[in-house]
Amino acid sequence: MTDQITDPSEIELYGALKDKEPPKEPRSQWKDVWDQFRKHKGAMIGGGFLLFITLAVLIGPVVWDVDPKALDIRNKDMRPMYTLLWDGEAKTSWAKPLGSDNLGRDILATLIAGGRASMAVGWTAMILALFIGTAVGVSAGYFKRLDGPLMRLTDLFLSLPILPLLLVAVTLFRQPLRANFGPETGMFILIVGVIGITSWMQTARIVRGEILALKEREFILAARSIGTKPFAIIRRHLLPNVVSPIMVSATLGLATAIITESALSFLGVGFPSDFPTWGKLLSDAVPRMEEFPERVMLPGILISLTVLSVNYLGDGLRDALDPRIRGR
Amino acid sequence: MLTYTIRRLVLSIPTLLFISLVIFALLQLAPGDPMAQVPLTVPPEVKQKMREALGLGAPAHVQYWKWLVQFFWIEPQVLIDHWFGTSFAEGKLRVISWQTRSPVMDIVMQRMPQTLWVVGMSYVVGILIALPIGIYSAYKQYSLFDQAGTFVSMIGFSIPPFFSGVLVIVIFSVNLGWFPSIYDTTHVVTDWDSFVVQFKQMIMPVMVLALQTTAQISRFMRASMLDNLNQDYVRTARAKGLKESAVVLVHVLRNSMIPIITVIALGIPAIFGGAIITETLFKVNGIGQLLLTALFANDLPMVMTLTFIFAILIVLFNLIADVLYGILDPRIRYD
Repeated sequence: MTDQITDPSEIELYGALKDKEPPKEPRSQWKDVWDQFRKHKGAMIGGGFLLFITLAVLIGPVVWDVDPKALDIRNKDMRPMYTLLWDGEAKTSWAKPLGSDNLGRDILATLIAGGRASMAVGWTAMILALFIGTAVGVSAGYFKRLDGPLMRLTDLFLSLPILPLLLVAVTLFRQPLRANFGPETGMFILIVGVIGITSWMQTARIVRGEILALKEREFILAARSIGTKPFAIIRRHLLPNVVSPIMVSATLGLATAIITESALSFLGVGFPSDFPTWGKLLSDAVPRMEEFPERVMLPGILISLTVLSVNYLGDGLRDALDPRIRGR
Repeated sequence: MLTYTIRRLVLSIPTLLFISLVIFALLQLAPGDPMAQVPLTVPPEVKQKMREALGLGAPAHVQYWKWLVQFFWIEPQVLIDHWFGTSFAEGKLRVISWQTRSPVMDIVMQRMPQTLWVVGMSYVVGILIALPIGIYSAYKQYSLFDQAGTFVSMIGFSIPPFFSGVLVIVIFSVNLGWFPSIYDTTHVVTDWDSFVVQFKQMIMPVMVLALQTTAQISRFMRASMLDNLNQDYVRTARAKGLKESAVVLVHVLRNSMIPIITVIALGIPAIFGGAIITETLFKVNGIGQLLLTALFANDLPMVMTLTFIFAILIVLFNLIADVLYGILDPRIRYD
């Protein structure tokens, strides 16, 4: 086309060739993911609740600065404020909004401290499991020589009876770790360690599968042909591409880690008795649950809601991170 | 198929040996003394003799070898003797519990029926509830029923059994007084009334365990049905004028059951592990509760044997799942 079009009506003629609107901003992958994620109502509520619980246990002790271990025998066995709704005679006080236990410890403060412990164990164990799982999965997928042995190891770990072994490990190794690191840190290391070591297998399998498929793609061939070292290929080209499956298995891992820690505490092999976690608070309250049902219900509801929100979050993430579902 | 099964069976032997070695090493590394409960007035040299009498004096590899021989060679002989009245195992040393000084396998056999009743029943109940839910939610995808089913199974995933168990005890046993909160294992069913008592005491533990099973299997069933409902053969079946019930319940259901059966087989060992908590909660004296008491009493032979039995269950059902998959789905060929 040599001659310039000046008449606007002539532009109309070429309308089919022109864009009707100004070109859109280029969209990044993560913006697409966020848009898809926002559509999943359950995931949004779940994510919001998880954020709320995490902030509550982090900032909680600053706002409600009552020592969870402080004994107050005179004000023991208080009921939560809301019992006044159906029982005007109940022993309540605004100083202890959720009541106090049989030694007068404030229940709101113990719940916050317990949540701190449960969330800390959950997050650390999940990160440990992800780290081991990704390392095993990437090395098995990328280095052909390691694939056989590492995958046999994964199969072996998958056929270990997890809960019995956890019980065995925690009961038998409690003493030396406590002696070396103090009762609380020792137990923390032990519980996080055993949960992490026994829950990396699914991540490893998923990551290996993804890596095996990615390895054959052209961009890896290109990277290799310009002489990139294997570890640089893994770091720059492979790991960013397996972030989505890792994130999805992270949510599953967080949920299982929280439940496992609570179960161990419930069976009486968890943290020491004066160190509250949600599972421990629940199991301590079981003998007197007829008189004080709230002491069972509150930690139980907190565990269940946290795990439920993590599960919904994972559901939403899976949909948002899957490019085949995204945009529908 | 047969060669595949045999190959898998042979391969599972080193797996099991390795697992037993891991468990043994874990128990060996662990501190803890079976003599901790013996009074302090007993002199140390007597304690040392008692330790040797328990077989603790020997080096670790000798102990491991002895356990292997006892578990794989002598215990099966005892079983054969029990069945056929022979006397192969006479005078041979069996795996002895440190707590009770009686053979471990005898105690396990005493505890097994309780666990099997509660766990087995809950698994069957869970599957029977899960399958119709899964089928209907897939058939009416995104309907109100499907949404409710998704929500209920999410809850089933999220509420840990130690909370749901306590919850049903508070509601049905404390407040309403319908069911007993403690499972009485000495109860014998003789007539209708005692059957009702047995039924009542089983409802709560069975339903608590079944909730987990239902949540998991109904999800799998739904996904599997959805995969099949859009296939061409379904359209063919409808086009040739089959009734809708025949299309869904015969054509689609049969094909969807293939993965579900393997999922069911794979879930059986996990439910034994999960039963530990439920057994503690409802005071069922099954093998889960046995493991827990043995752990707290430092009864290493018992812990070793029980953990290994759990491992055998896992390896066995993994194998069964793989073989079943090959038998049911003619597209899968292993050789």
